[in-house]
Formats: sequence, structure tokens, C-alpha cells
Amino acid sequence: MSVLVYIENVEGTFKKSAFEAVSYAKAVADLAGQDIIALSIGQVEESELNKIGTYGVSNVVTVNTDQLGQFVNQAYASVIAEVAKSKNASTVILSNTFSGKGLAPRIAAKLSAALGAAATALPTVDGNKWQIKRTVFSSKAIATEELSADKRVISLSPNAFEVKENPVSVSVENFQPNVAGSDLSTVIKDIVRATDKVSLPEAEIVVSAGRGLKGPENWGMVEELAEILGAATACSKPVSDAGWRPHSEHVGQTGIAVSPNLYIAIGISGAIQHLAGVSASKTIVVINKDPEAPFFKVADYGIVGDAFEVIPQLIEAFKAYKNS
Amino acid sequence: MPDTTSKITFSDNNSTFNSAGVQFIINPYDEIALSKAVELAEGGKGTVTVLHVGDASSEATIRKALAVGADEAVRVDAPARDAWFVANQIATYAKDQNFDLILTGRESIDYNGTQVPAFVAELLSIPSVSIAKKIDISDSSATVEREIEGGKEILTTSLPLVVGTAEGVAEAKIPNMRGIMTARTKPLNVIPAVEVASLSAIKSYETPAPRSTVKLIDKDNVAQLVELLHSEAKVI
Ligand SMILES: Cc1cc2nc3c(=O)[nH]c(=O)nc-3n(C[C@H](O)[C@H](O)[C@H](O)COP(=O)(O)OP(=O)(O)OC[C@H]3O[C@@H](n4cnc5c(N)ncnc54)[C@H](O)[C@@H]3O)c2cc1C
Repeated sequence: MSVLVYIENVEGTFKKSAFEAVSYAKAVADLAGQDIIALSIGQVEESELNKIGTYGVSNVVTVNTDQLGQFVNQAYASVIAEVAKSKNASTVILSNTFSGKGLAPRIAAKLSAALGAAATALPTVDGNKWQIKRTVFSSKAIATEELSADKRVISLSPNAFEVKENPVSVSVENFQPNVAGSDLSTVIKDIVRATDKVSLPEAEIVVSAGRGLKGPENWGMVEELAEILGAATACSKPVSDAGWRPHSEHVGQTGIAVSPNLYIAIGISGAIQHLAGVSASKTIVVINKDPEAPFFKVADYGIVGDAFEVIPQLIEAFKAYKNS
Repeated sequence: MPDTTSKITFSDNNSTFNSAGVQFIINPYDEIALSKAVELAEGGKGTVTVLHVGDASSEATIRKALAVGADEAVRVDAPARDAWFVANQIATYAKDQNFDLILTGRESIDYNGTQVPAFVAELLSIPSVSIAKKIDISDSSATVEREIEGGKEILTTSLPLVVGTAEGVAEAKIPNMRGIMTARTKPLNVIPAVEVASLSAIKSYETPAPRSTVKLIDKDNVAQLVELLHSEAKVI
């Protein structure tokens, strides 16, 4: 029996969430006393594949056929399941990214495996009974879920598990899958990436602002603060509803759920639906002119003050810190 | 779904969600899916069937969906045990119905799994997009914008198709008086559930540890915040 970890690449490179999945899978394999194999699909250079070894995995399988040059969830799920079967893997691990969310259920169904989605910690292993933890009720609670099938697919939430270095040398095996034409009826027309920006779901620091900023013309200071910190920008729902910011920045119960190390909320009241998407952040800083704003109740640090005075000072203070 | 402002508590030694006193609403993402379906079918271009897995207590909610503009409803008479169970019910019903499009919400706001759309599509061997921001349908294909980390991807795919809808796909529709009147007489068929082996189960719940009380920093001394984030919180 072995553990198979699928590592997603973005245009040929592995992101931090991919290495988190590798580190997690290595720890799971150690827990279960099993071998570990990593799988990469698509065009990835050998030098990039070698990075997988940094996190303790030496057996790397690559599938690099023309057909699979771009992500098609049906076809990728078939390949991952095929490799899992051929390598006798009883556990498949992947990152719970946007693409991962489309893959994990399909892989589980193909393998008749139990699905543990969006795990936030290492599982407990007792024979075929595995238990994972995940957040439910929009981060208002944490559930312990038991996976009781003899196979399981676990997707790992980004930012939930720290990468762990444990360097080994890598051996790469090319695998030729059998992909059915019916799995390839989806064609990607275009990919639009805001290349100069940090991706919000994976960001370690998020600077977020709400209606307290009065209008879109005032976001310059939010972006400047984010840039100094290497942070992603986010906003509350009314801000994106009003078109001040794009929908892709909307965090909360009906937007993106984030779990950065640091979440800075500026001019956001802290409505329960907003908190649902951000309360998993490790440290929360709230800047609001109203000392009664509910957000202060869940914050670690707070500044009661006018954002238009505080943010420029904060920008200077962070600049000084970065230069020191 | 419990209303978004609900206090979430558990009973039976933290093993069961406590629904007493909780107001239930249609999952906001499912409302988007329903609104998109009604929009696509408008003007006689198609029909919309609403499917719900749950017991009879949900019928008022199903009537609300009919009032928004669905043509008929099906209720699979069983508690929605988990995503795999629900997906099997949907796929079993859909198998011989020739639907062009199956829309679900991107996730439920209680269990937040984002599992149902891809499970259903896999069971039916058809394409899927789990988190879509925009859907355009032409005769036999769909153009879908899906969210990816730090951007978006635009893809075309064949029908039939399963899509999990997110914000932006459609404006939530509110039932009008005529809708509410006609909803009463629209068909609502109750069918039995198919058996599905259970592969996973939630054993217990815990509520996250409360944060220690907020440390307030004077607005004229923001450098102290920077210092605390570095030396105490260790996040910069
Ligand atoms: C079903 C449902 C789902 C929802 N989902 C979401 C969601 O996913 N995400 C989300 O964010 N919301 C969501 N909401 C909306 C939510 O209830 C709140 O209305 C929203 O979060 C408020 O946004 P805000 O804090 O930016 O604005 P407000 O509530 O208007 O707060 C503005 C804040 O800015 C402060 N302020 C004003 N001026 C200044 C200044 N000069 N300097 C500093 N502070 C200042 C004010 O004191 C106030 O606290 C949802 C609502 C519903 C009903």
C-alpha cells in the first residue's frame, strides 16, 4: 500500500500549496507506515520536479502527454485514479485549490474511496478508520470526520499545514496513461491572471478594506500597504457589490474563505457573514473609527482611528521596518 | 441551510448539530443556481426542474423555488446524509431525464464541501465546473468562466454539463405575486431515495477556541503595532 500525492503546477511551476500537500502527504505516509509517490501532470521541467525531493519524497511520476498540456478535470481525475491503481495507492492526497475541488470528488468516485475534503490537520489512522478535521458552518465550527472505506482521498486546505524540509534525491518515472476521448471534451480558451498580484486564497498576508473607505478612489493606500507587505488585497461584500473592487476580492461566507497568517481589516464592521470567511486567519488586525465595531471582538490587535489618518502612518511604519 | 446569522451549537456530546431555534433558508449559492436556470429557460427556451433531497419539512422552501420560476419539483424523500449520498440521488434521477445542464451551488454554507457538482458529473460521466463565475449556453456547448488562484479561466465544454455556481453567475430572483400563486399548483413529485453505502461520517464537532481579547494600540503610535506583529505574533 502507498500514498499518492498529486502536485498541481501553475504554468510549469509548483506553488507553496503544492509543497504543503507534499509535506502533508509525507507525514501521512509516515503515520500509516506506507511508501509515498508524487504525481505531476503536464509540462514541468526536471529542475522543478527535483524540488519535490526537498520535502522528503523521492519517487516522482510524471505524465506529460500533449493531450494533457492543459487542465481538464475529467481527464486529470482519470489519470490520477489510473496511477493510484497502478501504484497500489490506498490514499490519494491533493491540495484543496480551485482545481483540486473539481478533482477530489471525481477521484474518490473512481476509486470507491471515502472523500475527506478540506482537511486542516494530519489525520488519525486506525486501520481503515481515518479521522480528519475540517471547518464547517463557514468556519463557525470544526468537525471530526471519519473515513471508513479501505481507500480515501484527502484534500488539504491551503495554509493549514506548514511545509517541512527533509531533502532526498528524486527519481523521475514517465507514465503513459490511457485517456479516453470522452474525458477531453473541455477546452480552455483563455487564462487571465493578475500577474502582478498575490493570489488571495493562498496569500500569507491579506489587507482588506470595507465600506469605511468611502469610495474606490481611496484604494490607493490599501494597495500600497499590500505591496509593502507582499500581501493580497481583499474587500467586504458591499464593496464588490458596488463595483468598487472586483468580485474576486470579496471575502466572507458568500465569497472567498481565507486563512492567512495575518489579516488586516480596514473600515470593515465585522458582520458575522464577513467573519465567516476570515476567522481562520492566525492573526487579525482591525482598524476602525468606531470602538464598538464588532470586528474588535475577534481581533488580536486593534487601532481605533480614522483609516485616512492611520493607514498612511502605518505605511510609513512598515516601510521603516522593511528598511531596518 | 441555517440562516447566515445563526448561532451554531451542538448537542449529544457535540455529535449533533442543534437545529432548535435555527431559521432555515435556501443556500445562497443554490439561489444563484436557481436564478440562472430560470433565466436560461425564460421565453420558452427550456424547462427547469428543482430537485431537493430532504424530508417533508422542506416543502415550503421547495414551493418558494417554484415561485421563483421553476416548472416542477422533485423531492427525494430522505435526509441529506452527506455529499456522496446527495450526489447519488441527483445522478440517479438525472440519468434518464436528458437534462442539458445541472446546476448546483458551489458549496453549501453549512458543510462547505464543494463536492456535489463533481460527484454528480463523475457518476454521469459528463464534464463539470465546480466553481463558476459566469455561464453562457449556446446550442450544444457552454462557455464557462471559472475561478482559479489569482485569476480566472475561460473554457468551452460540451453539454450535458454540471456547474457549481458562485457569485456573479446571476442576480438572485425574488418571487412575484403571480409566481407565488402559480407555485401552489405546480407538480411536486416525491420519490424514494436509492441506497448508497456510507463511506464517511462526522463524529463530533468543536467550536474554535475564542481569541484572547484584543490588544488596542494608540492611533498615534502605529509603530508599536509593527513591533508586536514582528516580535509577538511573529507574522512579519
Ligand atoms: C446572506 C448574506 C451573505 C453575506 N455574505 C457576506 C460576505 O461573504 N462577505 C461580506 O463581507 N459581507 C457579507 N454580507 C454582508 C454583511 O452582512 C455586511 O453587510 C458587510 O460585511 C458589511 O460590509 P462593511 O463592513 O464593509 O460595511 P459596513 O457594515 O457599512 O461597515 C463600515 C465600517 O467602516 C467603519 N468606518 C467608517 N469610516 C471609517 C473611517 N474613516 N476609518 C475607519 N473606519 C471607518 C465603520 O465604523 C464601520 O464599522 C452578507 C449578508 C447576507 C445577508
